[in-house]
Amino acid sequence: MSKRNRIAGALAALAAASASMPALAAWDLNMPKGVTDISHKVWDMHMLAFWIMCVVALGVFGAMAISIVLHRKSKGVTPSTFHESTTVELIWTFIPFVILIVLALPAAKTLIVQEDDSGAEMTIKITGYQWKWQYEYPDSGVSFFSTLSDASREARVRGSGIDVTTVENYLLDVDNPLVIPVDTKVRLLVTSNDVIHSWWVPDFAVKKDAIPGFINTMWTKVNETGTYRGQCTELCGRDHGFMPVVVDVVEKAEFEQWLAARVAEQGPQQLAAN
Amino acid sequence: MNAATTDTHHDDHDDHHDHGPAPGLMRWVTTTNHKDIGTLYLWFSLIMFFIGGAMALVIRTELFQPGLQVVDPQFFNTMTTMHALVMIFGVIMPAFVGLANWMLPIMVGAPDMALPRMNNWSFWILPFGFAMMLSTLFMEGGGPASGWTLYPPLSLQGGSGFPFLIFSIHILGISSIMGAINIVATIMNLRAPGMTFMKMPLFVWTWFITAYLLIAVMPVLAGAVTMLLTDKYFGTAFFTAGGGGDPVMFQHIFWFFGHPEVYILILPSFGVVSEIIPTFARKRLFGYASMVYATASIAFLSFIVWAHHMFTVGMPLSGELFFMFATMLIAVPTGVKVFNWVATMWRGAMTFETPMLYALGFVIMFTIGGFSGVMLALAPVDFQYHDTYFVVAHFHYVLVPGSIFAIIAAVYYWIPKWTGNMYDEKLGKIHFWTSTFFVNLLFFPMHFVGLAGMPRRIPDYAVQFADFNAVATIGAFGFGFSQLIFVYVVVKCIRGGEKATDRVWEGAEGLEWTLASPPPYHTFTDQPVVK
Repeated sequence: MSKRNRIAGALAALAAASASMPALAAWDLNMPKGVTDISHKVWDMHMLAFWIMCVVALGVFGAMAISIVLHRKSKGVTPSTFHESTTVELIWTFIPFVILIVLALPAAKTLIVQEDDSGAEMTIKITGYQWKWQYEYPDSGVSFFSTLSDASREARVRGSGIDVTTVENYLLDVDNPLVIPVDTKVRLLVTSNDVIHSWWVPDFAVKKDAIPGFINTMWTKVNETGTYRGQCTELCGRDHGFMPVVVDVVEKAEFEQWLAARVAEQGPQQLAAN
Repeated sequence: MNAATTDTHHDDHDDHHDHGPAPGLMRWVTTTNHKDIGTLYLWFSLIMFFIGGAMALVIRTELFQPGLQVVDPQFFNTMTTMHALVMIFGVIMPAFVGLANWMLPIMVGAPDMALPRMNNWSFWILPFGFAMMLSTLFMEGGGPASGWTLYPPLSLQGGSGFPFLIFSIHILGISSIMGAINIVATIMNLRAPGMTFMKMPLFVWTWFITAYLLIAVMPVLAGAVTMLLTDKYFGTAFFTAGGGGDPVMFQHIFWFFGHPEVYILILPSFGVVSEIIPTFARKRLFGYASMVYATASIAFLSFIVWAHHMFTVGMPLSGELFFMFATMLIAVPTGVKVFNWVATMWRGAMTFETPMLYALGFVIMFTIGGFSGVMLALAPVDFQYHDTYFVVAHFHYVLVPGSIFAIIAAVYYWIPKWTGNMYDEKLGKIHFWTSTFFVNLLFFPMHFVGLAGMPRRIPDYAVQFADFNAVATIGAFGFGFSQLIFVYVVVKCIRGGEKATDRVWEGAEGLEWTLASPPPYHTFTDQPVVK
């Protein structure tokens, strides 16, 4: 049944591709705009690049199309003999160069902000494992693992007989999400315990590799509360596809309560461990 | 030794140039003839194309719908790894070396490659290299599953097939280096009188530059994989932080090879397309000199952009900025090439035989891959694209409707010369249109799922990616089976068909078209003179 739905869906896609744009709306075509200032900047950058590329495409493919329609032997044309022009060559070397500068400047500006983690209000340490994430709040000693949720874990087994479309947030749900406060600049230190992983939340436009023996730094400041989902994006072995990243962004007060509850729960072990 | 035998031997020697190939299978094993070796390379590449394609279909079958249906995740990873290794080292590279073997000596007016015995060896170690690589699939722990990039520490977790993989990469590297040396030696030394560098056909030029790239970077790959080998078996810690090494160092070394490698896979395509478009536009290539300079610039830039594959590893800001700017610069010479091709078409008198269709398809779809390439160059946005299907879409656009289309175009363009027979034009066109339709159905939706957040190299995915994945899988099967038409057309053309003229194409220029179709076994034993 679900297989048939898939095929029907695929055929619908073909139909939709030739139909009007609104028909495609349900088909996630673009990058999410996200919920951080950075993700908005990145999205704008992405769209700027996209539209510039579209204009260039229109020029190049347009010229090709005109040529293909008009300059064909079957129209009885005689071919021209021109084959070089230094002026033209210089023009189409120079114009792309200018376009690239138009793209490079805002890109560099965004990049500089992205890499500047100064003024962070709190720090969280993320460690990648095959195949789960560990989150630590060094200031309070809270530490826990975040693994694929049971529902997804059962459904993903080959021959499980479970229709994965019925599993809520299939492969994008964990037992213990990372919790961070809204409107707070959070520094994220990321490393790994075994192989290289990569921690990514598309809505934050934050992605960095977790490298064993080294600590990478990134940061985010989320503007809206909510649950945001991502995945490991560096091939890390058999279950690479099954170690999602889930972040709960909550009000500051709620965060303090959550942290206090976690401390109460974990405190003794942490003390013992230290 | 009596006088009689000496005489016979002497006669033999005099007749040598009129002799055809030795009969039987040994012809192919012992051949030093550039045309035979070219043919061997091309057949090898075609066979590997179907092996690599079968692996791709395993991947696409598993990804047809969410949930795991067909393969174990570990085997899925093996398939993505092997698919890439086979397609890069077993299909695109040998196919271009095969085309070079067949055409370069003829195009520069040489009797054969400069180093014919080495030529035989550089082909014949390839099947052994690949037999070894593919045999890892049946070893304990399975084939390599770390992606073709072999990033440690993951690649060091490989099973007992690991050293065989490394050794096979060494063999493929040796084969490539020997092939490249041969090409350089041929072009440097065996050009006919009057064939100055700036008169060489662009296919020769692009291969000349590609050969230098190969000589420069294949040893780097050999070094990188040897360090992996010693890390795993001999206690070194080049890539292990615990022993004072750095896993990211591998990525730097690998991509110092890997980025020029990308251009090794595409520069000869530029050459092919630059031969075909003028022929069918019946107009000289626009901006020949700038094409040569653009190729050289791209080759130079390819050495200083490697870290754009690694924007997320945590490089310092200055490094990210440098690699972003350098990468964006590549768009300039590449743009020049595309503009020159369009200008060549402009006010020509075009016809649209199959090679031209493939060349036009190449220009359009390679350029689409170029557009996503510029977007990927933007480091802040690359954080979103990196390791998603957007990247998969990008490099498949430049490799499949890019390099593979150029190789197919070259085969259609030159096969009447090789066989003396015209191929079936109608089937060729059907092959083009089905391939083009399905290749876009296959790879275009990957842009969308990538942007929507689907990571690459995953065997199972969240349900919101399901619809486009189903579309892509249909495209994959359509594209794969379309290639059977190609095999049929090639075989049919070899077996017979309408006789080709020497010129073959009305607008064709160059030394290869002055020869008979098919050319004699030994060509240009008397040097031609180029005006």
